[in-house]
Amino acid sequence: MSITAPTGVLAGVGRFTPPRRYLPVLGTFALFIGMFGVGGIRYEGFADPQVFLTLLLDNAFLIVLAVGMTFVILTGGIDLSVGSNVALSTLIAARTLELGWPVVTVIGVVLLAGTLLGTAMGLLIHYFDIQPFIATLAGMFLARGLCYLISVDSIPIKNETFSAIAFGSITLPGGYYLGWTAVFALVIVGIAAYVLASTRFGRTVYALGGSEPSALLMGLPVAVTKVGVYAISGFCAALGGLLFALYTLSGYSLHAVGMELDAIAAVVIGGTLLTGGRGFVVGSLLGVLVLGTIQTFISFDGTLSSWWTRITIGVLVLVFVVLQRVLTRRS
Amino acid sequence: MSQAEVTPPRPVVEMRDVSITFGTVRALDQVSLRLLPGEVHALMGENGAGKSTLIKALTGVYTIDSGQVDVDGVETQFATPAAAQHAGISTVYQEVNLVPNLTVAENMLLGREPRRLGRILRREMNRRAADSLQALGIDVDPTSELGSHPIAVQQLVAIARAVDTDARVLILDEPTSSLDADEVARLFEVMRRLREEDTAIVFVSHFLDQVFEIADRMTILRNGRVVGERMVAETTQLELVQLMIGRDLQALERIDHAAQEVAEAEETGEAAAQRLPVLSAVGLGRKGSLEATDLTLYAGEVVGIAGLLGSGRTELARLLFGADAADTGDLSIEGSSRRRLRSPRHAIDRNLAFCSEDRKAEGVFEELSVADNMLLGLQASRGWLRPIPPATRATLVAEFMTALDIRPADPSLPMRSLSGGNQQKVLLARWLITEPDVLLLDEPTRGIDIGAKTQIQQLVVDLAEKGMSVVFISAELEEVLRLSHRLVVLKDRRKIAERPNVDISVNDVLEIITGEPGGLAEKERVDA
Amino acid sequence: MPDPRTSGTGRTGRALAGRAFAHRLFWPLAALGALLVVNVIATPTFFNVRIQDGHLFGSLVDIVRNGAPVLLVAIGMTLVIATRGIDLSVGAVAAIAGAVACVYIVKSPASGAAGTAIVAITTALAVCVALGLWNGFLVSVIGIQPIIATLVLMVAGRGIAMLVTGGQITTVNNDTFAALASGYLLTLPVAALIALGVFAATQVVVRRTALGMLIESVGINPEASRLAGVRSRTIIWTVYVFAALCAGTAGLIIAANTHSVNANSLGLWIELDAILAVVIGGTSLAGGRFSLAGSLVGAMLIATLTRTIPNIGIPAEANYLFKALVVVMVCLLQSPKARAVLQRRGERPAGPPSPSSREEAVA
Repeated sequence: MSITAPTGVLAGVGRFTPPRRYLPVLGTFALFIGMFGVGGIRYEGFADPQVFLTLLLDNAFLIVLAVGMTFVILTGGIDLSVGSNVALSTLIAARTLELGWPVVTVIGVVLLAGTLLGTAMGLLIHYFDIQPFIATLAGMFLARGLCYLISVDSIPIKNETFSAIAFGSITLPGGYYLGWTAVFALVIVGIAAYVLASTRFGRTVYALGGSEPSALLMGLPVAVTKVGVYAISGFCAALGGLLFALYTLSGYSLHAVGMELDAIAAVVIGGTLLTGGRGFVVGSLLGVLVLGTIQTFISFDGTLSSWWTRITIGVLVLVFVVLQRVLTRRS
Repeated sequence: MSQAEVTPPRPVVEMRDVSITFGTVRALDQVSLRLLPGEVHALMGENGAGKSTLIKALTGVYTIDSGQVDVDGVETQFATPAAAQHAGISTVYQEVNLVPNLTVAENMLLGREPRRLGRILRREMNRRAADSLQALGIDVDPTSELGSHPIAVQQLVAIARAVDTDARVLILDEPTSSLDADEVARLFEVMRRLREEDTAIVFVSHFLDQVFEIADRMTILRNGRVVGERMVAETTQLELVQLMIGRDLQALERIDHAAQEVAEAEETGEAAAQRLPVLSAVGLGRKGSLEATDLTLYAGEVVGIAGLLGSGRTELARLLFGADAADTGDLSIEGSSRRRLRSPRHAIDRNLAFCSEDRKAEGVFEELSVADNMLLGLQASRGWLRPIPPATRATLVAEFMTALDIRPADPSLPMRSLSGGNQQKVLLARWLITEPDVLLLDEPTRGIDIGAKTQIQQLVVDLAEKGMSVVFISAELEEVLRLSHRLVVLKDRRKIAERPNVDISVNDVLEIITGEPGGLAEKERVDA
Repeated sequence: MPDPRTSGTGRTGRALAGRAFAHRLFWPLAALGALLVVNVIATPTFFNVRIQDGHLFGSLVDIVRNGAPVLLVAIGMTLVIATRGIDLSVGAVAAIAGAVACVYIVKSPASGAAGTAIVAITTALAVCVALGLWNGFLVSVIGIQPIIATLVLMVAGRGIAMLVTGGQITTVNNDTFAALASGYLLTLPVAALIALGVFAATQVVVRRTALGMLIESVGINPEASRLAGVRSRTIIWTVYVFAALCAGTAGLIIAANTHSVNANSLGLWIELDAILAVVIGGTSLAGGRFSLAGSLVGAMLIATLTRTIPNIGIPAEANYLFKALVVVMVCLLQSPKARAVLQRRGERPAGPPSPSSREEAVA
C-alpha cells in the first residue's frame, strides 16, 4: 500500500479542495454582503430589500451579458463584441418595431442576429486560429458599424407590449416588487448554471479551459464547444440588448459603449479565472451585483463622485486577479 | 509466460512498412509492429528513435505517408485521436493529458458520463469512477480535484480512464517516469490483470528492469527503423541495449581501442594532480529529477556522463547550470561565494555555459539571424544598453563562422534555414564567445550529420586542451568514451560509478548500467 | 503571394520595410495604395498640397497629422506585442496624461506661459512612466498575463483621470500646449513631426542598441532566452514603460488638439486602433519579430480609411464596418490555416512539429 503514504497527505489536501474551488465565489458573496451591510449602517433606507430588488432590475441586461461572457472566459477566450452587439440589438428591435413587425418576430430576429454574429466569430477563432481578442474586436467594429447603417439617431420604442414588459413586475409578499426583466435575467442565470454544471457541453467548456490539447486527445467535441460558447455569448448579448431596449425604451448606436468591459470586470470579480477553466455563473451574477452596489453606494452618498465607481472596479479586479494568481501558483 | 505460442492469435493491430516524413527528416522508415491480444509489448529505443511518432501514427495524431495499419485485419486510418479511442485504442501519454481543473471522476468519464435526458448523473458518475479506481487499487477520492494530486496519482487516474473505455489496445507511453516503486508495482498488477483479459498493451519505458519484469515481447527502434523484434524471455538486457544503441559486440571492441588511446595519453596521474577544481557540487539534487550527487570539475578536463535516457544525465547538467533550482546540496564555483544557482543568469555570470539537448525548444531562435543567435549570449550579459560594437560583431561572427565551419557562410540568414548540425555549431559559438570556464554539453551531436559531429568532437578536445572544463553528455557511449578523461555513469537518477577513463570499453559501461555479469564492480566510486 | 521585390510596389516596399519584412508589408501597402487611388478618383485634387502662411496644407498632410496619436500608441504597442504581451491600458493612460497636463495648466497662476506648458507636459509624462512601471511590475514580477494585468489600469484609469479633472471637461488656453497639435514647424504640423520623430528615434534605438534583438528573443522563445541569460524582466519592464510614455504623448496631442480634456472620451478605443495598426503591419500577436515600419503603415492605413469614407460620400459612421472588414481580411491573409485553405496545399508542414505546433498537428 504505497499509495497510503501520500494519501495521508492527499486526504488533507482533499478536505480543503471543495472550499478552495468555491473560495473566490464565497469571497465575492462576502464582499457583496459586507458592502450591503456597510451601506445599511451608513445610509438610511439602503438595507431595504427593495433596494436589492431594484439592483437586479437596473442590472438585468448586464447580468445576461456576464452570463454569456462567463461561458467564453471559461474556455480561456474573451468576447469584446458584446457591448456593440447590445447596441445593434436595441437598434434592430427599435427599427423593426417602428416598421410595425410583430413583437415575436422582432425578438426572434434580434436573437438570431446576435447568435449569428457570435457564431461567425467562433468559426473564425476555431477554424482559422485567429485570436479571440482580434476576432471579437472585428465583431465589435462590425456590430457598431451596422448600428450606424440602421440609424445614426436614437429611435424611441413605443410598442405597447414592450412597455408592458418593461414596467411589468411581480409583487412579492411585504409589498415588494421585482421587475419582469430581472426575472428573465435570473432565469437565464439558472439555465446557464444548469448547463455548465450538469451537461456534457458544460463540462467540455471547463475541460477546454483546463487544457485544450488534453481535451482534443481525450476525444471531446472541441470544435462544437468552442464555436458554441461564442454563439451563446452572441445570444446572451442579443438578449441583453433586448433587456436594455426595455430598460431605455429606445434603440441607439451609442448605447452600451464600453459595456463589454463591465461584463468582463463582473466575471473576474465573480471569481472566474481569465485564463479559463475555473468559475461559476453565480459568481458572475454576484460580480454584477457588486458593481451595481458600488453605484448604489455612490447615489446614496451624494458626496462621492461617480469616478470612484471605475476606480473601485479596477481595484477589485486587481485584488481578484492577484489573489487568483497566488492561489493557482500554490497549486 | 507467452500464451502466444499455445494458440497463435490474430494480431489486434498490425502496422506494416509505415513511413512518416517531417520536412526532410524521415521520422519513421518502413516500420512494422504487431500487437497481440493478451501480451505486453515493449517499445524500446533511445531519444529520437521514433517511439512517440509510431504511437501517434497509430492513434491518428499524425497521418502516415506510406504503409498500412490493420486493426482486426481490416485496413484502417484513424483521422483523429477520438476515432482511435472509439475503435478501442486508448493512449496514456507521458505528460498527463487530463484537465487539472475538473474532478477525478469527471476526468475519468469526460465525454461518456452517465446521463438521463441530457443531465449528467453526478452521483452515478462518482460511483462508477470509485468502482474503477477501487478495481485498480487506486485510493483517491473521485470527487476531489485532479490538479490537487501529485503527478503520480494523476498518471494513475489517466490509466484508469484509458482502462475504463474497455480498450482492446492500451498504449502506455512512459507511464512510470513519475511513479515510485510501489506505485509501479500497483500499475503492473493492473497491467497483468488486463493482459489476462486479453488486452494488448504497448509499454514504453526507459527503465530496463521494468521492461524485463512486465513485458512479453518487444520491438526495438533506432533512428526511425525497426532493429529487432524479440521475446523478452529470450533476450538479455545487454543485447537489448546494444540493439538500442546500435553497435554489435565486435564493433564495440574495435572502438574501445580508439577510446583507450585518448585515455592513456591523458590520464597519467601527474596531469590530474596539476588540474585545478573549477566547480564542485556536493549532494546536489532535486526531488523527482536527481538524487543527491557529488561531482567535481577540473580545468582542462572532459567529464563524460554516460547513462540511458531518463538516467538523470540531462537533469544533472540543468542543476549545475541553475536551469532548474536544486533542492539540496551545495555548489562551489571558483571565485564565487554563491552556494546555489537560482537562474542561468547567475551561472553565466560565473562563467558557466550550457547547451541544452533540446535545440529547438531551448536553444535556437528560428526567426533571428545566425549572427544574432551567435551573439545573443554575450549581448544578454552586456545588457541592452551596451550593444556589441558593429566592428566587434563582424569580427566575432566571421571568426566563429570560419572556426566552426558554419554553412552556408552567410550570418544574415535566418537561423531556421540552417541544418541541425550547423544550428548546433551556432549555439556552441554563442557560448564560446562568452569565454566560459565550464562548458556543459548535453547531447551536442544528436541528430546531426557525421561531418558536423566529428567537427564538434574535435572542438571539445581542443577546448579542453586550452584549459576549459567540459562536461560531455551523450547517448552514444563510444563518443563519450572517446572524448572524456573521466567517466561518470548515471542510472535511475543517481550516480552509480565514477572513474578515470582508462581501460574502459563500451561493454564495461553497458555492464555497469545493466548490472549484468562480466561488469566491473558496480557502484564503485572514485571520489574526487 | 507575390514577392514585392518583383512587383510594382517593390521599391517603396523595400525602402519602407527593409529586406526581411518586405513581403509582410505587401498587402498593407497595397491596401493603402488602393485607398489612395479610390480617394483620387473621388476627389482628383486629393494629392494636392499647397503652402499657405508658410504651412503645408492638404489631405495627405491631414492624414499624417490625424494619424499621429494612433501611430504613437502603435509604436509602443509594437514593442510590447513583440515580447508576447499586450497593453490594453494605453487609452486610459492617454486620458490620465491629458488630464494631468490640463489640470496643471489651469491651476497654474501663469496658465498661458510657455514654461507652464513645458512643466505640465513633463509632469504628465512622469506620471506615465509611473503607470508603465505599474503595468510592467504586474506582468514581469507578479507574473500576471499581460492582457489581464493591463485590464486593471484600463478599467480604473479613466476613473483616475476623472479624479484628476474633478469630472469636469477642463479647457485650457495655452498656445505652447496647443501647438502640440495645431502648431507648425518647418511648414509641417508639430503633431506629425512628434510622431514621426518618435518613430525614427525608436527605430534607431531598437536597431542600434541591442534592445530590438533582446525583445525579439524574449518574444520568440522565452525559455531559450532564459537559458541564454537574457534578463527578460528588465526588457519587459522597459517596453511597458515605453508604451505608457508613447500613450501619454498621444494623449497630450489629443488634448492639445481640442484645447481640453474629457476624461471619459479622450483616447477612447485608441488601444484597439493601435493593436489593429500593429497587426496590419505584420507583427504577430504571438510575439517575436516586429516591424515598426509595418505599424507605421498600419497606422497610416487606419488614418487614410477614416479620411476616405466621408471623402467618397459614405457616412463617416460606416468607418467601423470597413475597419471590421480590414481586420478580418488582414488576419485571414496572415493566418497560416487560412492560407493553407486558400492555396489548397494539403502538404505536411516542413520540419518535425515543434512543441508549440504539435497542438496544431493534433488538430
